[in-house]
Amino acid sequence: MAVEELPLAKAINAGLRKAMTDNDKVLLMGEDIGTLGGVFRVTEGIKAEFGDKRVLDTPLAESGIVGTAIGLALRGYRPVCEIQFDGFVYPAFNQITTQLAKLTNRGRGTLTMPVVIRIPYGAHIGAIEHHMESPEAYFAHTAGLRVVSPSTPNDAYWMIQESIESNDPVIFFEPKSRYWPKGPVDLDASASPLHASRVARTGTDATLVGHGAMVTMMLQAAELAASEGVSLEVIDLRSISPIDYAPILESVTKTGRLVVCQEAAGFVSVGSEIAATVAEKAFYSLQAPVIRVSSFDVPVPAPRIEQLFLPDVDRILEAVDRSLAY
Amino acid sequence: MTTPPPAVQFLATDGSFAPSAGSDEYLPYIEALTDEQHEQFYRDMAVIRRFDTECTNLQRQGQMALWPPSHGQEAAQVGSARATKRQDHIFPSYREHVVGKIRGIDLMGIVELMRGTTLGGWDVNDPKNGNFHGYTLVLGTQTLHATGYGMGINFDGAVGTGNPDTDTAVIVYFGDGSTSEGDVNEAMVFAASYQTPTVFFLQNNQWAISVPVATQSRVPLYLRPRGFGIPSVQVDGNDVLASYAVSAKHLDDARNGLGPSYIEAQTYRIGAHTTSDDPTRYQNDEQLAYWVARDPILRFEAFLKNKGASEAFFADVEQEAADFAADIRKRTLELPNPTIDNLFDHVYSEPHPLITEQKAWLANYEASFGGDK
Repeated sequence: MAVEELPLAKAINAGLRKAMTDNDKVLLMGEDIGTLGGVFRVTEGIKAEFGDKRVLDTPLAESGIVGTAIGLALRGYRPVCEIQFDGFVYPAFNQITTQLAKLTNRGRGTLTMPVVIRIPYGAHIGAIEHHMESPEAYFAHTAGLRVVSPSTPNDAYWMIQESIESNDPVIFFEPKSRYWPKGPVDLDASASPLHASRVARTGTDATLVGHGAMVTMMLQAAELAASEGVSLEVIDLRSISPIDYAPILESVTKTGRLVVCQEAAGFVSVGSEIAATVAEKAFYSLQAPVIRVSSFDVPVPAPRIEQLFLPDVDRILEAVDRSLAY
Repeated sequence: MTTPPPAVQFLATDGSFAPSAGSDEYLPYIEALTDEQHEQFYRDMAVIRRFDTECTNLQRQGQMALWPPSHGQEAAQVGSARATKRQDHIFPSYREHVVGKIRGIDLMGIVELMRGTTLGGWDVNDPKNGNFHGYTLVLGTQTLHATGYGMGINFDGAVGTGNPDTDTAVIVYFGDGSTSEGDVNEAMVFAASYQTPTVFFLQNNQWAISVPVATQSRVPLYLRPRGFGIPSVQVDGNDVLASYAVSAKHLDDARNGLGPSYIEAQTYRIGAHTTSDDPTRYQNDEQLAYWVARDPILRFEAFLKNKGASEAFFADVEQEAADFAADIRKRTLELPNPTIDNLFDHVYSEPHPLITEQKAWLANYEASFGGDK
């Protein structure tokens, strides 16, 4: 078994190269992704290897990137678009929600839209406005899109390839604060399908659910809780649309308590959706109300006070305490 | 600014052959046309106007959710559509009914869309539909799809090889209101950067619902693409010969690898924007009368009569148009309503558990009443 230690960014890079090698219809497009290798260097070296017809340094226009990707997909290509930062996806929102998401349905089965949109997202990098957002709920709310977010280098390597293989559009959220830490990547086999959630740590007293960079934080919280004799189960959502509820419901049936953790603001969020669904489907298993740990419903603040805005390990443990005390 | 050249025109308002200054480069395309092609142009325009009237009536009778009439714009559409080749791709807006007909779609696809039984209508991958892509209601979005499609054609090496049967162009239709959309401008940026084989075909019908074109642009719209590095020309869009010749030339250029170009067809929407619109609130009688006097079908009828077309020909076209409209009416009234399957089945191309669950729930719920689903 070939296992390599890779940072998440390099795991995506390796996954992209693999997909491009396997299928010459796969091409990358975005701002600064070619010669520069992307502002986070996720696509570093790919243009040199595959050429400027497979890696497009596009004009600086997000709607243009996604709109032309749709045209390329209609021609039989499988474009992978990079949006430079989370807060810069909105100029493309119209093309994503009214066209990309809807064309398969409009075509009544005659069209597929194998387009991947990669979006570095989330905070913890000390950046200025528009560079630290978590906008995944907008996309999860849109019928026709698939939305995923890997939390580990291994998932990043496999999920980017599985997203490219998908015949439906996939919004691929990359937790940018996790780009650099290394982790093992199994180059031989994918651990689970694209839309499966994953038990990242087993426990018995309460369940934590989250995705992206929050998974690392939940695991840290579980480690601290264990030192105080509290056993937390941690579930990595991996897929935000659709959500794989089976492991979540199984876990809640066992623990009776659920804390949903997310970097996004809580109002009308992915966490709200999970809380509502678990309340509907596992009501008699719950021994406490489902609690959400989210950011506040204010604009993502200036980075010098992001620590007040964002959930952290202490806030997760505070919520766990409330759940256990109920 | 120097005085712009007149729009390319071959037929004067009275139907006499009177090429405008600067139209020489397009003349060979006119000279190559046969009498049969002339008659086909007329037939296309006359039949679609009768169809358009029928659909407007059907909407008024409660049989359609909406109808966007094409009355007045027939020459711009027929000329450009007849200039396309089999392998070309067409990205319409939502008013190009005759373009779809010429490319081979069953116009019931458009009727279904406007009656409200589907969001789509036809399969662009079915060869009989002539690469006529779906109607697009969000203005200007299709210009980017067309440009991306053209990028793919370039990557495939399907332009500029000299093979007239495989070199491929893309024509995209949009209106004067759309020119203010960011997407149309981004499409021109991308088309210029990647030198795509895209012909931007603007039908300037003078109105974006109620807002006049002067509000969209302080310069004639055909001058705007030049700032993007895209050559452009203005054509009398109510002259089917001019529309044909200019489109044919620019589509040839695109197929030959000369990159994008832009045609502004000056025309006029005689009817409402859609059946939900009330043009009496904003149109003025003088402008309307000016354009009615430039009716594209009457002009071409006069041209054909000057050339000696028979009364029998015009009677035959009138009969075909009446039969076509009657057939559309009959089939419209026979259209089945959509079912639960239409609601859920193609949201995704691969199974999605939420959709599967909701479809099953609705089917059970409906069945609980004991009636038809």
